[in-house]
This record gives sequence, structure tokens and C-alpha cells, in this order.
Amino acid sequence: MNQTDLWTVATIVGMAGVTVLTRCFFFLSSKPWVLPDWARRGLDYAPIAALAAVIVPEIVMTKGHLIGTWQDARLFGTAAGVAWFFWRRGVLGTIVSGMAVYLALHLGLGW
Amino acid sequence: MFGVAPGFAAWGLMTGVAMVKSGMSVIEAMLMTVLVYAGSAQLAAIPLLVAGAPAWVILATAFCVNLRFVVFSAHLRDYLMHLPRWQRLLTGFLTTDLSYMLFVQRFPAPSNAPDQQLAQQAYLAGNCGLCWGNWVGSSLVGIALANFIPTAWGLGFAGTLALLGISFSLVTTRLRIIAAVVAGTAAVVAFALPLKLNILVAIAAAVVVCLMLEGAGLRPAARTPKAEAGAGAGSGNVP
Repeated sequence: MNQTDLWTVATIVGMAGVTVLTRCFFFLSSKPWVLPDWARRGLDYAPIAALAAVIVPEIVMTKGHLIGTWQDARLFGTAAGVAWFFWRRGVLGTIVSGMAVYLALHLGLGW
Repeated sequence: MFGVAPGFAAWGLMTGVAMVKSGMSVIEAMLMTVLVYAGSAQLAAIPLLVAGAPAWVILATAFCVNLRFVVFSAHLRDYLMHLPRWQRLLTGFLTTDLSYMLFVQRFPAPSNAPDQQLAQQAYLAGNCGLCWGNWVGSSLVGIALANFIPTAWGLGFAGTLALLGISFSLVTTRLRIIAAVVAGTAAVVAFALPLKLNILVAIAAAVVVCLMLEGAGLRPAARTPKAEAGAGAGSGNVP
């Protein structure tokens, strides 16, 4: 059983604040206002950049280093998920197909 | 609504399992489910929490992942401004991608007539209530199930795959592909930075590169709420 950490709980409460802040951004204040142009344009790229920045190291790195072998279940699971996405779209299918390949290699072959 | 509810529940179930199998405690995972209520931000925060990144880096990352909601909120403003602030905040907190999309499909224009406003409010409240109950319920089941699954199975990887699928559904323009490639590469190259700062460096690098390319005349991306809703539609009912 993992330990509960007070600092983590505080961070989670902070994240709840981030949810409220972003979902209510333009109706927090009663006064009408607009974002500066660069910020508005940046909105277009920041979400996908944030996701890619989190995911890519999770797939291609182990303990802070690029993986040195192709025998890693994550690579094949990712490939299967990507293939599903371009075939059928849909996030759920991406997860299911990716996990099927990942688990087969990870549990079956120990990759 | 009932057509998409099972997919939404599966997503909650998976997030619940991923949180616990990545190393969060049951109490932390339950708090996150109920309070944060934003699946992609939750999944993005997990590896950072587990790595012991400082709170401000985690909050900044969650903020960036959630920026699509800022675009939605600009659109929802005209529908909600007649409400008192606390009701606006509660409504905003509960309005996920899915509720937003269904709501603006059903009510393409805001109204000034009180009965129409009430009808819109009722629809949104019902929709958000169902989504929240569905999400919390399925996540709690996932958290409970996770305790019976060995960590060595590596089910936390499902969270990475979920974010992967969401990222692909956000790819609506060439510049967004560039943003993803720049950010992914930068996050690996800068991995040795302390405090998980590689994530923020990568986001900043991607945004700066894309704004510069836009300035240099590459086709600017679609950024109307409609286009955003379309992108959300592909993201599989992500809260």
C-alpha cells in the first residue's frame, strides 16, 4: 500500500484550483476582458505540447536514460496504440490495443 | 449522453487503476478523482508526483494540459454571465469536454429569455451531474480494483497510452504536430534538469517555435471554439 503524503494532498488541492481556474477562466470576473494576442495564439499549442512533454519520456526513457534496446514492451504497445488510432480513431481503442500488446510482451516475454 | 456514458466510465476506471498502480495512495487517488476531475491533467500529473517534482511544476503542467478549457470558457461566458459568481464557478468546474460539446450542440446560441436560460441551465446541470457521478463512480471502482492487481504488470502504462490517444486527437493542424515533436524531443533532451523542469522547458520551447513559425507565415491553426469542440469530440469523452 502506498503512503499518503501531506504535500501530495496539498498539490492535489492546488490542481483542483487549476481545474476551476481554467474551466472558468473567462467568467471568473464579471467585467469583459480579452487575452493579449500572443497568449491567445499560444493557447493553440500549449495543450498538445504539455501532453507530448509528459508522454515521450515515459515511453522512451528508463531511469533518466534513453532505452538502449528495442526489446521494450512500451515501444510495441505504443506502436499498436498509434496504429489503432489511425485505423479507427478513439482513445479507448488506443488504450485497449496498446495494453494488449504491452501486457503480452511484458508478462509473456518479460520485456 | 447515454451513448457515450460507457466510454466515459471505462476512461474513469482506467484512470483509477493507473493512479494507484503508478504509486499514489488510495486516499490520494480518491481525493484527486473527486477534487481535480480532469482526467488528462490527472494522468499527466501522476509521473511528476511520483518523481517528487515540486508543486509549482505540477500545477503549471496541469494548467497547460487544461488550457483547452480556457478556450471553452470564452465560449460559455455568454451562456453563464446571468448567474451569480458561485454558480458560474460550480458550473465551470463541472463542465468537461463532453458536457461542453453536448451543451453547445443542443443550444447553439445563448439566450436572453429567462425560460430559455433556465432550460439551458437545467440541461447543463443534468449533463454535468451525470458525468460527474459516472466519473467518480467508475474511478473509485478502478482504485478499488487496482489493489488486487500486481504492480509488476505495469498497468500504469495505460495512462500513458490514454494521453497518447488524446494527443493524437488534438492533432488538427501541422503546427500542432510540430509543437508535439518539439516538446517531446525537448523533454527527453532536457530530462536531466532538476525539479522536472524539462516538462516546462519543453512546453515553452514548443510554443515559442510554433509562434515563430506562425509569424514566418505558416498557416495559423484553427482556434475557434467550434474547431476546439471538434478536437475534443475525437478525444473520447475526456473530462
